[in-house]
Amino acid sequence: MAESGLPRANWLDRLPYRVMLEPRLKPPSRFFSLMLSFGSVVVALLIGAIVLAIAGGDPWATYAHIVKASFGSVGVLSDTMVKAIPLMIVGLACTLAFRMKLWNIGAEGQFYAGAFGASAVVLAPMLPADAPGWLFIICMVAAGMLMGAAWGFVPGILKARFNVNEVISTLMMNYIAISWNNYWIYAVWTEGGFQMSKVFPKNAWLPRLADYAVEIPFFRGLTTHFGLVLAVIAAVVVWLILYRSQWGYEIRLVGDNPRAAEYAGISIARNTVLVMMLSGALAGLAGMSEITGVVHRLQGSISPGYGFTGIIVAWLAKLNPYAVIPVSILFGALILAGREIQPSGIPKMMNGVILVCLIASDFLLRYRVRLVRRGEEA
Amino acid sequence: MDILIVLQAGVATGTILLFATLGGIFSERSGVMNLGMEGMMLIGAMSAFSVATSTGNPWLGLLVAMLAAGLISQVHAFISITLQADQVVSGLSLGFLATGLALVLGEGLSKAGTVPLIPSYTVPLLSQIPIIGPVFFTNQKLLVYLGYIMVPLAWYYINRTRPGLHLRAVGEYPSAADSLGINVYRLRYFYVFVGGLFAGLAGATISLAISPGWFSELTTAGQGWIAIGLVIFAQWDPVRAAVGSYIFGALRRLVLDIQGPNVIFGLANPFYYNPYWGFFLEMLPYAFTIIVLVVGSREAIRKRLGAPTALGVPYIRGERGL
Repeated sequence: MAESGLPRANWLDRLPYRVMLEPRLKPPSRFFSLMLSFGSVVVALLIGAIVLAIAGGDPWATYAHIVKASFGSVGVLSDTMVKAIPLMIVGLACTLAFRMKLWNIGAEGQFYAGAFGASAVVLAPMLPADAPGWLFIICMVAAGMLMGAAWGFVPGILKARFNVNEVISTLMMNYIAISWNNYWIYAVWTEGGFQMSKVFPKNAWLPRLADYAVEIPFFRGLTTHFGLVLAVIAAVVVWLILYRSQWGYEIRLVGDNPRAAEYAGISIARNTVLVMMLSGALAGLAGMSEITGVVHRLQGSISPGYGFTGIIVAWLAKLNPYAVIPVSILFGALILAGREIQPSGIPKMMNGVILVCLIASDFLLRYRVRLVRRGEEA
Repeated sequence: MDILIVLQAGVATGTILLFATLGGIFSERSGVMNLGMEGMMLIGAMSAFSVATSTGNPWLGLLVAMLAAGLISQVHAFISITLQADQVVSGLSLGFLATGLALVLGEGLSKAGTVPLIPSYTVPLLSQIPIIGPVFFTNQKLLVYLGYIMVPLAWYYINRTRPGLHLRAVGEYPSAADSLGINVYRLRYFYVFVGGLFAGLAGATISLAISPGWFSELTTAGQGWIAIGLVIFAQWDPVRAAVGSYIFGALRRLVLDIQGPNVIFGLANPFYYNPYWGFFLEMLPYAFTIIVLVVGSREAIRKRLGAPTALGVPYIRGERGL
């Protein structure tokens, strides 16, 4: 070889600059981390555009369509909110669990379990059909959260007692929840052999903006429902738990340094079970809000992957309960507008690309990248 | 319902899980857990089906499937090895990405027409053995036989060869391996790639042999996740992986077949007369996975066996730790 004088020369060594990595001694500013998240979403959109172009689509027209179809008017904005509500609540469920580094991937199943619990109140029936609306809401919230918590309890106790990997157990619980719901939909609560239950009585529906159109004409046709209020309350509660309570301090300590937490006398097993249950309860609340606010009956495929998108929402929100709300609206838009996009896998793929870019970008939070001129090194 | 036929089909179904589990074992033995298995299998199933229908050659489809899944596994390798991200999150994100990509690229593929299949074969002599013959050696796909060969090969490679020793060293004690001149990063990249190859093989086994076709996400139906559970149950040992995979395969077949006949063993078949009980049967493989995990974890504690010590821990040269 010509450059045989250099030991093991490869093309990287011949560049005039060298990439240097320095570990950051203190966490970077909030602004930097916000910009980094923003930047990685932009990169993800660019990657998505390339894939779209390769698959034969027009990326810019697609993106313009997504924006128009989800934020173009008050009506579609309201529909975007409807899609965002379950994402908010599920995102909060994931935020809580992830803060303890408990990988609850089972929000989808807990969502279905919550939908089942809420439906049982009407269909079992636990309440007479002419019970007042507020009683229905309270009972359905309780039943939905209870079922979700039960679905979270199983992986939680298995993790605490037998050290069973919660990623796999929560995921398996997803499949079980869907079959469980299907049994009730097909065998017990079917309406005339169809794959759905009967429609809930009106007083078991969550109130919608459109219900107040008589008093405020502006609300006519708007579908945003009471679930939004539930989501905001949930965000405040999760924030209070995580950042203003002793329990939240324990959760964060276990997440950051389990060994230190154990020395401090914090029971990891107890917190594992409790956090999984509360996380499940929140995901169950999302299922309840979807079933009583949007679908108004129990049927199959009530979720276009809310449970999984919630993981990405939580991650993009950097596990900040308040940030979950605006981030959910963005993903709600993707779900709403995504229904019309061809090929139909695009929204799912975009979710994946965004998550990959976000996780890759975390590297820059821990390291400073510097270009060093070769001469300076010595 | 002939129990031998169920078992024979179970071994065939179990081969899918076997390949995926072996891939998981290779990658986890090097210290990298890859939760993107399901997505990589979908990539494999999709590209195998696509290539096989358009070229008419199933073997070419198989090859492309393995390479495609191996290639996409490198996304996880880069993020978790070079960028030192949490392997759980990185693997999940690969799963989302690969699943989405498979759905986008596989759009409309389900109507692509008939796919040329991997041929079946009956081993002369061996198929004459009672019970074992009809279950393992009669009219099975060639890939099933590949599975039989793979198990001892993988065991021998991991436990008895020099590269296998390096593989285990990198997963158990990377800094010691590094000090002996083994390139930890390169080996981990390589074994994540190997895991991808196996995942692609498992995916192609679905779409070209065992249940041919492309049914978007239903093609794998959670088998990638079951395989990740089986890796733990198998204690990272290929032989135990084979046992677990075939048992699971048989269970999956049994769940499908038990609803067929109206009489089982001379008794009225409750699953035939209550078709809705099928939903509970559907739950069984998933519930069984959880049970298997409990058994595996308990056994690991009792025997003081367990995961490769450095599993899930990014290796950072020059830092204290593993």
